Amino acid sequence: MNAGKQVQYGQSRAVRTRKINGQKLAPYLFILPFILSFLIFFSYPLLNAILMSFQRVLPGDVAFIGLDNYKKLLNPDFYKALLNSTRYTFWTLLVLIPLPLLLAVFLNAKLMRARNFFRASLFIPALTSIVVAGIIFRLIFSELDGAIMNSFISWFGFDSQKWLLSSSLSMVALVVLATWRWAGINILYFLSALQSIPNELYESADIDGAGTLNKFWKITVPLLRPITIYVFTITIYGGYAMFTESFMLWGSRGSPQNIGLTMVGYIYQQGFQYFDLGFGSTIGITLLAITLLVSMLQLNVLGFFKKED
Amino acid sequence: MRKMGLGLTALFLVLTMALTACSSTNNGTNVKPSASPAGTKAEGGEAPPAAEPTKLTLWTFVQQHADFYNFMAAEWNKGNPDQQIELDAQNIPYDDMHTRLLLALQSGKGAPDLVDIEQSKFPNFMKGDVQLVELNDIVEPEIPNIVKSRVEIYSKDGKYYGVDLHVGATVMYYNKELMDKAGVNPDDIKLWSDVETYGKTVAEKTGVPFITFEGSGNWSWWPAINQMKSDQVGPDGEITVDDPRNIQAMTFFKKLVDEKIAAVSPGTGHDTPEYKAFMNGGGAAAVFMPFWFMNRFTDEMPDLKGKMIIRPMPAWEEGGNRSAGMGGTGLSITNQTKALELSKKFLAYAKLSKEGNIQVWKQLGMDPIRTEVWSDPAMSEPNKFTDYFGTDIFATLTEIKDEIYPVNIRETSPKVFDAVRNEIVPKIFQFGEDPETVIKKAAEALRKDTGK
Repeated sequence: MNAGKQVQYGQSRAVRTRKINGQKLAPYLFILPFILSFLIFFSYPLLNAILMSFQRVLPGDVAFIGLDNYKKLLNPDFYKALLNSTRYTFWTLLVLIPLPLLLAVFLNAKLMRARNFFRASLFIPALTSIVVAGIIFRLIFSELDGAIMNSFISWFGFDSQKWLLSSSLSMVALVVLATWRWAGINILYFLSALQSIPNELYESADIDGAGTLNKFWKITVPLLRPITIYVFTITIYGGYAMFTESFMLWGSRGSPQNIGLTMVGYIYQQGFQYFDLGFGSTIGITLLAITLLVSMLQLNVLGFFKKED
Repeated sequence: MRKMGLGLTALFLVLTMALTACSSTNNGTNVKPSASPAGTKAEGGEAPPAAEPTKLTLWTFVQQHADFYNFMAAEWNKGNPDQQIELDAQNIPYDDMHTRLLLALQSGKGAPDLVDIEQSKFPNFMKGDVQLVELNDIVEPEIPNIVKSRVEIYSKDGKYYGVDLHVGATVMYYNKELMDKAGVNPDDIKLWSDVETYGKTVAEKTGVPFITFEGSGNWSWWPAINQMKSDQVGPDGEITVDDPRNIQAMTFFKKLVDEKIAAVSPGTGHDTPEYKAFMNGGGAAAVFMPFWFMNRFTDEMPDLKGKMIIRPMPAWEEGGNRSAGMGGTGLSITNQTKALELSKKFLAYAKLSKEGNIQVWKQLGMDPIRTEVWSDPAMSEPNKFTDYFGTDIFATLTEIKDEIYPVNIRETSPKVFDAVRNEIVPKIFQFGEDPETVIKKAAEALRKDTGK
């Protein structure tokens, strides 16, 4: 090897590299791990799912079948799953934004006692295994008179209910489970946003004689808008992606009259329980399109794409 | 430059680590028998392969099954020092295991040598090119000795792909205490029509329903129609849910519920904590469930110990079948096995041999598929089941052994079962709708969906 020549070459290359690549290449390098994981774990499966949604996929028998899978989508089970997921998303939005916001305001208030205790206890459900929680909630919402929920409503003079058999009551069970589980996380988002609101705003409002409610509506809520949009978006996504909760309440054999069938549950049922991976992919792609559409609509309505004044 | 080089190296390392992680899992699941350190010696040709065990991986979804297979592997090793097995029996949760197996067979990588497949999931593995090994050479010689329907469930086009663990003979479990209180002798209940007459007496005298039916399950309707040699799916997978016999059985059951002789099971199924609490507290006088339900009594309804007895089911007519084989798990071999012959030998030993079948009762408390062992003295040795139900368990079974009609499990079955559990049964039992209308409507929808 000609060492001298190599050193010389190496030096000139190093200079060139530093000039040309040093600044341009570095950012790409830093995001490379993300890009790679995105390509491997997201883009590839997504493209493959699009491909599979036009195929019949069986061992040793993979064939293109055109739009057959998409035609199969127009069936009562699909509508039921879509309706269930939409209802669930609607109710979680209605509960999981105002409630955590209010709780966060309380937890942020200086007058509140044992703040850290409440913060921790509200956040703990988010750390609990959903499988464990699901089993406990199944027992809480059991139809027996001695079950927690039935004992609770009996104090108010109601009869015992078969919670997991009726469409509307089971939605209550699902939303209660979701609230228990996710409220803590949303509180965390709102809390951190609340703490970034400058105190001077409240002080000057005090000087102007604004009351607590006025301050809440005129300062807190508007300044929380960015985080609210964020929480809104992830709640929509979480609503349509819900599967485990329903799976835990009713088990793998499905729910009576499909009252607990969600979109992802439908993918699971068709793809893995009926081993129709092609049709499963079709439902997945459709779900992606629906969530994308709903999120875009919502972001548009909330003015996310508007330029700041 | 140096910094960038360092960054690149780090990145490279991370990537290599990620990739090796992938490849090591692949190796882990496809261990070749010769991969053990001792293998190098054997290849040298000097040491006989006697002491070198072949590693067989087995997936199951019930820990007791895994324990049973481990026991059988140890027994096998005692008798076959030249063909040692190192069994790696892995217990994976039910849904997870079947999903993983589907994906492993679809992708051609990562499947175990042997696998337990639950009956209702089996049709999924018969789709496309079957990825399981044909077992005719070990099954066919044993056909005269076993309950044939227990291997037919796991067959397609005359090829057997799995062997069941048990018969799952459905029997009546009577709460003797409640029956005595009502003054009704369980042995007098021979026909379903007797259920109506005697059941009424029991319900009136004891104040609890005589019997319960599953409110969103298949363990009540299916055995009852199987007794009449009907099914929900035909031999070619055609939808037979609305067979007149099925409607007849369901209409009769609905009538019993309406007359308060029968109740819909709390928790909407018999295998639920709600039902077990209810039954344990003397909630109903009887229930019919497959034989494997025995261990739910011994383990989860302790207060009924010594009070329960096992009898044949009532027949629909004189001389009719008094049982039905329900539920089951087939042991299969995947085509990814590296030790086909040994896997077959082990499967035959564990599931078809006399020793294996006796252990099915001793270890698992299930009714073995090899009927000759039912009269073996080993079956009446005291254990927790004889303590609970008395010593005449197998006397009852022997009585009904020729009255078990096969069931059809075909590609359409998973969809049909879901429709029965989640549509037909709840609508009739929970919401009181008319059986004939509900069943016919569901059958039409199923025909449209499956094209069968």
